[in-house]
Amino acid sequence: MSSAALETKETVAGLGEKYKYGFVTDIEMERAPKGLSEDTVRYISAKKGEPDWMLEWRLAAFRRWLSMKEPTWARVHYPAIDYQNAYYYAAPKNTPLKQSLDEVDPKLLETYKKLGIPLHEQMALAGVAVDAVFDSVSVATTFKDKLNEAGVIFCPISEAIRDYPDLVKKYLGTVVPVTDNFFATLNSAVFSDGTFVYVPKGVRCPMELSTYFRINASETGQFERTIIVADEGSYVSYLEGCTAPKRDENQLHAAVVELVALDNAEIKYSTVQNWYPGDENGLGGIYNFVTKRGDCRGVRSKISWTQVETGSAITWKYPSCILRGDESVGEFYSIAIANNYQQADTGTKMIHLGKNTRSRIISKGISAGKAQNTYRGLVSVYGKAENARNFTQCDSLLIGGECGAHTVPYIESRNSSARIEHEATTSKIAEDQLFYCLQRGIGQEEAVALIVNGFCKEVLQQLPMEFAVEAQKLVGISLEGSVG
Amino acid sequence: MLDIKNLHVAVGGKEILKGLSLKVEAGQVHAIMGPNGSGKSTLSYVLAGRAGYEITEGSISYNGEDLGALPPEVRAAKGVFLAMQYPVEIPGVTTMMFLKSALNAQRRSRGESEMDAIGILKTVRKKAAALNVSEEMLKRALNVGFSGGEKKRLEILQMALFEPKLAVLDETDSGLDIDALRLVAEGVNNLRAPERAMLVITHYQRLLDYIVPDRIHVLANGRIVAEGGKELALELEAKGYEQIVKDAA
Repeated sequence: MSSAALETKETVAGLGEKYKYGFVTDIEMERAPKGLSEDTVRYISAKKGEPDWMLEWRLAAFRRWLSMKEPTWARVHYPAIDYQNAYYYAAPKNTPLKQSLDEVDPKLLETYKKLGIPLHEQMALAGVAVDAVFDSVSVATTFKDKLNEAGVIFCPISEAIRDYPDLVKKYLGTVVPVTDNFFATLNSAVFSDGTFVYVPKGVRCPMELSTYFRINASETGQFERTIIVADEGSYVSYLEGCTAPKRDENQLHAAVVELVALDNAEIKYSTVQNWYPGDENGLGGIYNFVTKRGDCRGVRSKISWTQVETGSAITWKYPSCILRGDESVGEFYSIAIANNYQQADTGTKMIHLGKNTRSRIISKGISAGKAQNTYRGLVSVYGKAENARNFTQCDSLLIGGECGAHTVPYIESRNSSARIEHEATTSKIAEDQLFYCLQRGIGQEEAVALIVNGFCKEVLQQLPMEFAVEAQKLVGISLEGSVG
Repeated sequence: MLDIKNLHVAVGGKEILKGLSLKVEAGQVHAIMGPNGSGKSTLSYVLAGRAGYEITEGSISYNGEDLGALPPEVRAAKGVFLAMQYPVEIPGVTTMMFLKSALNAQRRSRGESEMDAIGILKTVRKKAAALNVSEEMLKRALNVGFSGGEKKRLEILQMALFEPKLAVLDETDSGLDIDALRLVAEGVNNLRAPERAMLVITHYQRLLDYIVPDRIHVLANGRIVAEGGKELALELEAKGYEQIVKDAA
């Protein structure tokens, strides 16, 4: 941790500012006309060369969306979004899907290299397959062939719709229905890319899978949809990362992620979310309004969400588990950091339907500057869920006197055999902790990084090793300048 | 090594030290004794550079440098160590990790190369054994769930590891039973060295049976009111602070 904390400091000092992904790639783009209408939906579908059933699905979603109202229950505040004043599709010109990395525009490869996601040899050493999504399209997917040998499908969703329509039809919208909520319905109408993963029966996916989302174009929203299906007895670990350029405008990111775990299957889904958070005065930043849900459809299946949320001006996100299969397990490990004027309203829902289902929620919220950070969670035990068990722990850490931490747990139990435990703490980085570190020679920034990483340890331990160090550094960088 | 002249220190606008003067040479061990509220802890914090302890008058010279002008972490790197009365807990950060971070931060500050994890581990293990600090303790989060004795032993272990030039021990005897006190005192005595000065701050004479000082200063109401050799401690024990302070007035 010390070396990570140090590197953090050096990175910060070297750049003179903390958000190092704020650059823009200068590349010729092709966009849909500004605004949102049936024509926009048709445009996107046509661009993707989609079959009619997909277009019809989108149009139904769009019509539904027109009758819906934006939710207002979250503890976040922002001016009304003008949905007509944005682009819903933007793609680098002349980039039909590439068969090999050599055909990818070097500018894009360079962009990902700058982001620390080399799509070439380095990642090969780390054994991580990457799908790189740039604005509205996937620009590269690595290790597809190697994964295919194992029977694992790992491809952009637009490709899956063409090549594996039956699989997509079988699962699309079955976890997050088209009508689920305002942003999910919007996504259903205009989603442009994302990742599709299918792990067949009994296969343990031979490498970590990851998608790297990059927003580059201005005035453009990103609406990706990711579907991961783990068939009986299979296992997959998946990680997503996200960044965007620094801009004064707010950009909308409304994704939908659907996970399905069948009998005895396990999905581990990790997120390191580092969208541009806005500047220190709260100008700009991404609105991250995301619906993520996993369905433990089979017996003894398991879905585990781990998220490190450091970016975005506003985060509205509740990765959830439907524990349908008997003895299924849902987990949610979260670190949410809000600094300056960031607002985070995040948590999870654990819906216990099956017998002997178990869930575990560990949430670490860190607030600094003038930020507001809310944990919002639901644990619901249905009547037939005999012997359901939940353990929830929500810890909040405050840095400075102008930020806020809020914990809003909802618990519903319709079965008297349920055992639900909830623990919550709120603490401050105490002056005596800082002084102790300083007295032992550890400078202020490194001390904060050390203390916060200690606070988050239980969650950081859940991340795949390749990403844990990166996340530790990010924790330090996000809080740079928050003390003193 | 340490030359404090007419030091006035205010905390929250209230003057606590009111003209304290004190000189400690390298190789010497001095004790500061005094009743509650006399300003003992304030002296230790102002030497370490804790925020909120404001020097309003006077000076602290440390090896010819104006100590008051240095930030606390720089003082640490330059060899000022404070063994705290109440060592703080840092959840989730293992003791070993903390020691490594601190040691390397000090080394970097001095322009020295960092020690690698294995080198540090070896050094720590060797020094930990002498203080009965177990491997298991090093793996636990810093001071979390440690007994009073364990916390104080860990403070002395850090002192042994950082090899300070000026070590201030603030009420190191508080909360220790006699066996723990012996062990800690032995650790401190092993660190007495010609190049090192120590300032032992204590309320009771008891500690000074084990760490025998070269000089004793009695602090009362923010000033040094009496000074003497090690026998002064016995006199204090017999007469009590009130009488000594009266005699001095």
